[in-house]
Amino acid sequence: MSNTENNTKEGIIYTGVPSKAELAAAPGVPSEERMCQGRVACIECVQGIPCNPCEGACKFGAITIGDEITNLPHIDEEKCTGCGMCVAACPGLAITIVNKAFNQKEATVDFPFEYIPLPEVGDEVDAVSRMGEVLCKGRILSVKKPKSYAGTAVVSMAIPQEFADEVRNMKRLPR
Amino acid sequence: MKELTADVAIVGAGSAGLCAAYQAATAGADVLVIDENKRPGGQLFKQIHKFFGSKEHQAGTRGYVIGEQLLQKVEESGARVMLDSLVYGLLPDKSMGVISNGVNYSVKAKKIIIAAGAKENYMAFPGSTLPGVMGAGAAQTMVNVNRVLPGQKILMVGSGNVGLIVSYQLMQAGAEVVGIVEGAPRIGGYGVHAGKIRRAGVPIYVGHTIKRVFGKEEVEGVEIAALDEKWNMIPGTEKAFEVDTVCLAVGLNPMTELVWMVGCEFDFIPQFGGHVPLHDANMETTVKGVYVAGDVTGVEEASSAMEEGNMAGVAAVEALGYLTREEAQKKKDEIRSRLDTLRSGVFGEGRRKNKEKQIADMETYKEQYKEAADHE
Ligand SMILES: Cc1cc2nc3c(=O)[nH]c(=O)nc-3n(C[C@H](O)[C@H](O)[C@H](O)COP(=O)(O)OP(=O)(O)OC[C@H]3O[C@@H](n4cnc5c(N)ncnc54)[C@H](O)[C@@H]3O)c2cc1C
Repeated sequence: MSNTENNTKEGIIYTGVPSKAELAAAPGVPSEERMCQGRVACIECVQGIPCNPCEGACKFGAITIGDEITNLPHIDEEKCTGCGMCVAACPGLAITIVNKAFNQKEATVDFPFEYIPLPEVGDEVDAVSRMGEVLCKGRILSVKKPKSYAGTAVVSMAIPQEFADEVRNMKRLPR
Repeated sequence: MKELTADVAIVGAGSAGLCAAYQAATAGADVLVIDENKRPGGQLFKQIHKFFGSKEHQAGTRGYVIGEQLLQKVEESGARVMLDSLVYGLLPDKSMGVISNGVNYSVKAKKIIIAAGAKENYMAFPGSTLPGVMGAGAAQTMVNVNRVLPGQKILMVGSGNVGLIVSYQLMQAGAEVVGIVEGAPRIGGYGVHAGKIRRAGVPIYVGHTIKRVFGKEEVEGVEIAALDEKWNMIPGTEKAFEVDTVCLAVGLNPMTELVWMVGCEFDFIPQFGGHVPLHDANMETTVKGVYVAGDVTGVEEASSAMEEGNMAGVAAVEALGYLTREEAQKKKDEIRSRLDTLRSGVFGEGRRKNKEKQIADMETYKEQYKEAADHE
């Protein structure tokens, strides 16, 4: 086997992007039904790294890691209100808030963003996948950067519903 | 030569050295920390990203903020910090040669803690001496400390956490990263760091290496190639990129010069960066009264460097009588349990095993030494 054959291998350790199977097995990823009921945290954390700020950031006790700090975060989809406090707290920028029922046609994705310039409310931007491919246009609904987010902005963006499982961020804006 | 004295002298004001200073000075010892930089903090002040870990390790806090907090604690503790000062020698009688502002000092301390950190590995290839080829750590210092962008279009070599984080920070500073090249068949660092890079549209070429860098006076482009299972380049797989900068993030190795000089015994642990000093659970080396902490004992990360610094600081002042055995034991137990947490999980397990080996080898060394002494 050549080393390059791994280029076609799936999974976070080969591509830097969690595979469908890894996402399906992640205890932080909520069910399809829950995402269709409204805002919910989607924690795409699939490697057991010693890290737990998300657990402490949730005021509703919806995220559990437990005593073993390398456990994957588990989301309690009933308790999660989609408030978004965990989004900025995750040092890995691995959490988004997904709402597949924003309106008849659109879903929303709230994602962490640490580049300047920041987008502005109402801007039309390029919405990108986990691989950075531009999939569709996104409409900026809000940009929040309170002190408690410690420098990370959280951007809320509306996108066509069919892209809600794929879009996770936006393309950097030119300086 | 001017002479300076202290109960505890510490080489390096990084995460490890500052924690050691804080522990020793709050216990009442007279502490002197020496660092070659104009500003204390070591690597911490370059880390503008949020750290991983638990609450106790300030996870979610950016590295430089952790550094500022630590610095304030050290200032309040009464430890003296001597900056812009290079420790150029450590003799077997444990006296230290220091040069500061052109003045030569001899530092005599009862206990010495070496927390000198690590340095970047280099890699040779055609064109590797052209201006524009640099260490990723150097590029990080340029953007985050000196606010200078090293280039506009950058190729990163190495996908460990350093390569991934520095790539991200170069993009935050406004550069374009054309790709990350990794020789191994898989990404070395945390998947979440890689995820940030991928969402920004940057490809990660696993199983690839750099073939050559070209350019007349400076870097103008780079060629990469795929590797076979024996790490030989596969002809015909070359890809070329127009870049002005190539960053190397191909590992770190401990800054052990002073540790060798004072006569400590070493272990060889490749995953820790090569030769690392033998030390016991108190961080004391085979030379009595000389302690080590942080990346110099084996390259890990800032959180474990801080805990090793805490351990060395507590052990050194316990030996000097500033803490009772019970007081010291309580602190050491807490530090030990935090260290165990840090060295767990898929990424930490290997480090825990290596650390256990290093300490076990130290015990073996002590046994042998004792036998030899008994025979005399
Ligand atoms: C790009 C990058 C990203 C990182 N990200 C993280 C992270 O997210 N989380 C994490 O936990 N860790 C991270 N780390 C690792 C972390 O920064 C180091 O492990 C940690 O700083 C080691 O601390 P230290 O005190 O051993 O060494 P250092 O911080 O390197 O401090 C050593 C100090 O000693 C000085 N010194 C050395 N020799 C002498 C001498 N002879 N005389 C005078 N002074 C001397 C040096 O100049 C330096 O200031 C990262 C490292 C890098 C490079």
